[in-house]
Amino acid sequence: MISRLAKDKIAKNSSALLLGLSSLLILLVFLGLLWKAQPVLQEYSLGQLLSESVWAPLKGKFGFLPFIMGTLWVTALSLLLAVPLCIAASVYLVEYASDRLRNMVLPLVNVLAAIPPVLYGVWGVLFVVPLLGTYVAPVFGISSSGYSVFAGGIVLAVMIFPIMVSIMVEVLQTIPYELRAVSLSLGATRWETIKHVILKKAKPGLLAAVVLAISRAFGETIAVLMVCGNIPHLPKSIFDAGYPIPALIANNFGEMMSIPLYDSALMFAALLLFLIIFGFNLISRLILNRLEGQHS
Amino acid sequence: MFPYPSLETEKAQDLSPIILPKIQIKNLNVQVEGKQILKNISLDIPNNSITSIIGPSGCGKTTLLKTLNRLLDDQKEVEVSGSVLVNNEDIYAPGAEVTHIRKKMGLLSQKPFPLPMSIFDNIAYGPKIHGIRDKKALKQIVEQQLINVGLWEEVKDRLDASATRLSIGQQQRLCLARGLAVAPEIILGDESTSALDPISTQTIENLLIELKEDYTIVLVTHILRQARRVSDYILFLYNGEIAEFGRTEDVLLNPQNEITKQYVKGYIS
Repeated sequence: MISRLAKDKIAKNSSALLLGLSSLLILLVFLGLLWKAQPVLQEYSLGQLLSESVWAPLKGKFGFLPFIMGTLWVTALSLLLAVPLCIAASVYLVEYASDRLRNMVLPLVNVLAAIPPVLYGVWGVLFVVPLLGTYVAPVFGISSSGYSVFAGGIVLAVMIFPIMVSIMVEVLQTIPYELRAVSLSLGATRWETIKHVILKKAKPGLLAAVVLAISRAFGETIAVLMVCGNIPHLPKSIFDAGYPIPALIANNFGEMMSIPLYDSALMFAALLLFLIIFGFNLISRLILNRLEGQHS
Repeated sequence: MFPYPSLETEKAQDLSPIILPKIQIKNLNVQVEGKQILKNISLDIPNNSITSIIGPSGCGKTTLLKTLNRLLDDQKEVEVSGSVLVNNEDIYAPGAEVTHIRKKMGLLSQKPFPLPMSIFDNIAYGPKIHGIRDKKALKQIVEQQLINVGLWEEVKDRLDASATRLSIGQQQRLCLARGLAVAPEIILGDESTSALDPISTQTIENLLIELKEDYTIVLVTHILRQARRVSDYILFLYNGEIAEFGRTEDVLLNPQNEITKQYVKGYIS
């Protein structure tokens, strides 16, 4: 008896310890980045670093605005493309598709999620970039190489599609059938039921799916780096090249030793990314809590 | 009150055209996923009365109810043959429009399922779907239906609050009001009080008895005492077949069928 109870205690305490350690890890990452970013933070004010748009490490100019904007552009574009598509796809799969079709498509979607990012990057370079440069940009009267925030947005949209669809499908499947029956029995059509009842009920869950996808989009590095052009300036249109923060870190890590403050500046970029994702998750958690409180 | 429509009085019914059956079911057979759930059901459900469907679990009570508003269509691998006439129109006829059919029937399910919106919008939902846009008219419908189910005094100051904040008994009355708001002719209840406490159950039962003045009511119940309390007619289903149908007192006090006798006495449940 005693040994069983003891085991119970050990299981409880050790899992608590592991949880504590993993939470500690987040704190350690934050502190490490903060410590490494100190040199550049002592040299320049935070306001300067965030608002300056000139990036010239050799001249000692570290403006992070282009990278922040690059990240925001690419992420926003990918969401604009992926969110409506994912909602439509998951609604179709849950509400209209036959069991057979759903059982065929969902595993396929999961395969998409398992493809390594570099392959999406290659696909972007071979397909999306030329398409944008040769065909799409001229339609708008813009000359572009195709390496642009738009290309990054498209590639990223395709990459976050699988995770978003599979979460959204699960969210929609948790809505009780009876709620659909209520609406249908009042004489609503299927579409009216989806629009007024299902999507409304699913809103917090769908938003959570988007939040997860955004967190992934913020941090996605290699595929975006391959198609974005990586020019440190402020993108003026979607066909302009951009330079997201993860790409900045990945591209320059290793060749920064000789330039003073460069390594510290890159650490600051990492810290920035960390804070953006952390803050974003925090805010969306608050919004979700409020949404879940309403009518549910 | 009504001539009784059991087997031997079928002819009698033909002789008394005053009693129009609201729903006429003819040779209804239903298969779900290859399994025959309802066998050869033929039945006339009388107007302005409460008909209870009773029978052991799995005998097809709910399926029968769901064929009446074609909610069964929504399930997978369903085969329905035969006909169901509501006001002499076959709702399984090829061109029958399902939204129109369902509008005629208010469904009150086992547990209350308020829509994810405010109390007001829950009731206004149906009328809005069917094209009523005028705010004043909607307000009037909401008030009227809430009064009908005796909920008005309890909620009139918080119509904008979420419907999920109501107690479960209040929610069920709200759901009834929501069903009535589309001006149906028939109310279908699927064990509508099984999740409720005795007092809320009584409230709902009394409401249904009041409502039969204006509606035809079909209830699925597994509580024999409830069937006795509220219904005018009882249909006893057994293994997907009609074992007995007749006036409440006849079925309960003088059952013709051996199985009905056993069920009524509580030997099978």
